[in-house]
Amino acid sequence: MRVLIIEDDESTANYIQKGLQEVGHMADIAANGDDGLSMASSEHYQALIVDRMLPRMDGLAVISTLRAQKNHTPALILSALGDVDDRVEGLKAGGDDYLTKPFAFSELLARLDALSRRTMMEIQDTTLTVGDLEMDLLSREVKRNDTVIDLQPREFRLLKYLMEHSNQVVTRTMLLENVWDYNFDPQTNVIDVHISRLRSKIDKSFDSPLLDTVRGAGYILRATKT
Amino acid sequence: MEPDTFYVRQKRNLFHSYTLRLALLYAFIFSTSTLLLFYFFYVFTASYMTQQMDDTIEAEIQGLAEQYHENGIQGLTTLIAERVDREQGAWNSIYLLASYTLVPLVGNLNRWPTEATTSIDNNWIEFDLIFNEPTNEIHTARAKVFKLPENYGLLVGRDIHQLTEAKRRIIQALTWGLGIMVFLAFAGGFLLSRRTVRKIERINQTAQSIMSGDLSRRVHTTARNDDLDQVAYNLNQMLDRIQMLMEDIRRVSDNIAHDLRTPLARLRQHLEEARLQAVPGSKSAMKLEQSIQESDSLLTTFNALLRIARIEAGQVRAGFIDIDFNRLLDDVVEFYEPLVEEKNQTLETALETGLQSRGDRNLLFQAFANVIENAIKYTPDNGRLSVSLLRLDTDLEVTIADNGPGIPAAEHEKVFRRFYRLDQSRSGSGNGLGLSMVSAVISLHGGRITLEDNHPGLRTIIRIPLTGAASPVPSVPGTHERSDQRGRNVKPPTGPRTPTRPPRNRPVDFS
Repeated sequence: MRVLIIEDDESTANYIQKGLQEVGHMADIAANGDDGLSMASSEHYQALIVDRMLPRMDGLAVISTLRAQKNHTPALILSALGDVDDRVEGLKAGGDDYLTKPFAFSELLARLDALSRRTMMEIQDTTLTVGDLEMDLLSREVKRNDTVIDLQPREFRLLKYLMEHSNQVVTRTMLLENVWDYNFDPQTNVIDVHISRLRSKIDKSFDSPLLDTVRGAGYILRATKT
Repeated sequence: MEPDTFYVRQKRNLFHSYTLRLALLYAFIFSTSTLLLFYFFYVFTASYMTQQMDDTIEAEIQGLAEQYHENGIQGLTTLIAERVDREQGAWNSIYLLASYTLVPLVGNLNRWPTEATTSIDNNWIEFDLIFNEPTNEIHTARAKVFKLPENYGLLVGRDIHQLTEAKRRIIQALTWGLGIMVFLAFAGGFLLSRRTVRKIERINQTAQSIMSGDLSRRVHTTARNDDLDQVAYNLNQMLDRIQMLMEDIRRVSDNIAHDLRTPLARLRQHLEEARLQAVPGSKSAMKLEQSIQESDSLLTTFNALLRIARIEAGQVRAGFIDIDFNRLLDDVVEFYEPLVEEKNQTLETALETGLQSRGDRNLLFQAFANVIENAIKYTPDNGRLSVSLLRLDTDLEVTIADNGPGIPAAEHEKVFRRFYRLDQSRSGSGNGLGLSMVSAVISLHGGRITLEDNHPGLRTIIRIPLTGAASPVPSVPGTHERSDQRGRNVKPPTGPRTPTRPPRNRPVDFS
């Protein structure tokens, strides 16, 4: 994946670039809004990471200009402003996701993966499959190894989100925002409890676990490499 | 911010108005002084007119007396006859000379007035004059009587009908004048004060909407530049200043957010890089992992503080939407069910439907989540929790109760303070900002939060004004009766309630 980082803070930009290169992506850096806009419109990137406060041209202005030019490259906004209204403003300007500084690199990576996946997943499937786990989106039936698994509505949504993002790390915040649809900070490990409940239903009576916890980052649903 | 800060929009009554009271007092003083003025005017005018009349009579008497001295009773009789003749029935002057038996000798009275006379001092009398056909009028006459030598009686007087008529007219005119003046004074005072009260009311309304967070409002001023405009002008100046200060706070917190979070972000990045380079499982890797967690919790606290400051400044109100509280609380409860189950607690819910208020769904979710999370955390295993939502008059009331250890009554207020911890030890999880956040969010929504003893345990009661509370909000049959019954009760009941309300909607399903 080729990513453009538009970020004026050199240290952060290099950190992201280095991190992305380590997992096999290519990353270019633009240090101000003007350069970022011209690079984003002339080159072909799969994703943009845009800081909100930029010299010369505001990050939101860069994105809205790109959108006006019919450039729909997914954009992840980075900002030190983390309030809900700032977030809404960012998404309104055409950003696809919003991440507050400081962030764990794993969170950034997970969200970036989800973004690029979103553009690829435009064709709607009616079934999702991860290994021997199958989800029929029409009948809302979940089967593993032909055994029907009975899920409560919220567990179904949770599993659906995990399956849509299979083989990639999904963070707790991503789950809160997408499965529960509320933007807030739980003070406890309640998400872990939800996951372990789901895990007991889909993994417990089977040999190979599908749902793993990634320490310090989140969760991943993947077919075990056998 | 005090959790109990709660602005009540007070309905203003015109009769409570200071201006009206002032106007009425003024009208009263004005009326009284006018009444006194009119009274003295009348008294002096009337006595002057009477004096004039008496002087005229005295002058006539003087003429008659001279004649009497010169020509005796004969001359007096002639003069009276002449004068009576001159009067020609005009009846202005009245003369009567009578014998000692009071038989009239000469004059224009047919007999000596004996009945219906009013004696006034110094031989002055007043009596009724009855005219002959066709008028048959009765006038009042005023006269002076003398006893002459040889027992002759002399009466000299005047018909004072015109005088009494004039006095009557004066009284009439003054009474009407007084009536109109009193009416004008009171009506004018009422109208003027209503105008003033309206103006003041406008200022009050603006002030109230500003207090509830809309800092951009300004009091309307007119070009007349009167004293109320001056008040409004000064108020606006003050508001400009407050708004400027609020914007400063926002700018400062934005700057803090930017200038402090950026280096913290770098610190975290370096730590993360170092951890990646460290040998997995080594001591330094563990130390680095701990440092990352410390920096994360530092950031969480920091973000929570900034967030509370922003909420208290009332700036998130722009994003308010209609919130269905039944749905919201259901979501919160559902989110925490696994935790409840893990501790083998029971959570009962009784949520009335159709209760809406405008608000920020994420902040409200956060607030209720914090309260429920605390209840779960502090209630021991196998404990009982309950969440209820009901309508109370024009408010909605959310009660979250548990049978855990509770909070001593003396601490009920303090727990909303920032960084306040019940056990005074900072070892427990959480940053001591959870309830400050709840309090800020509830205040933002114009509500109030109170803590009560649940005997045993804690009961948190949150009240938020409903939107469109004037029109009855439809509610589930069955729950309606209860809300009506409790609707009259404005203060949250303080007496012991049943520890947990009976489950109404759905008891938690344990599978």
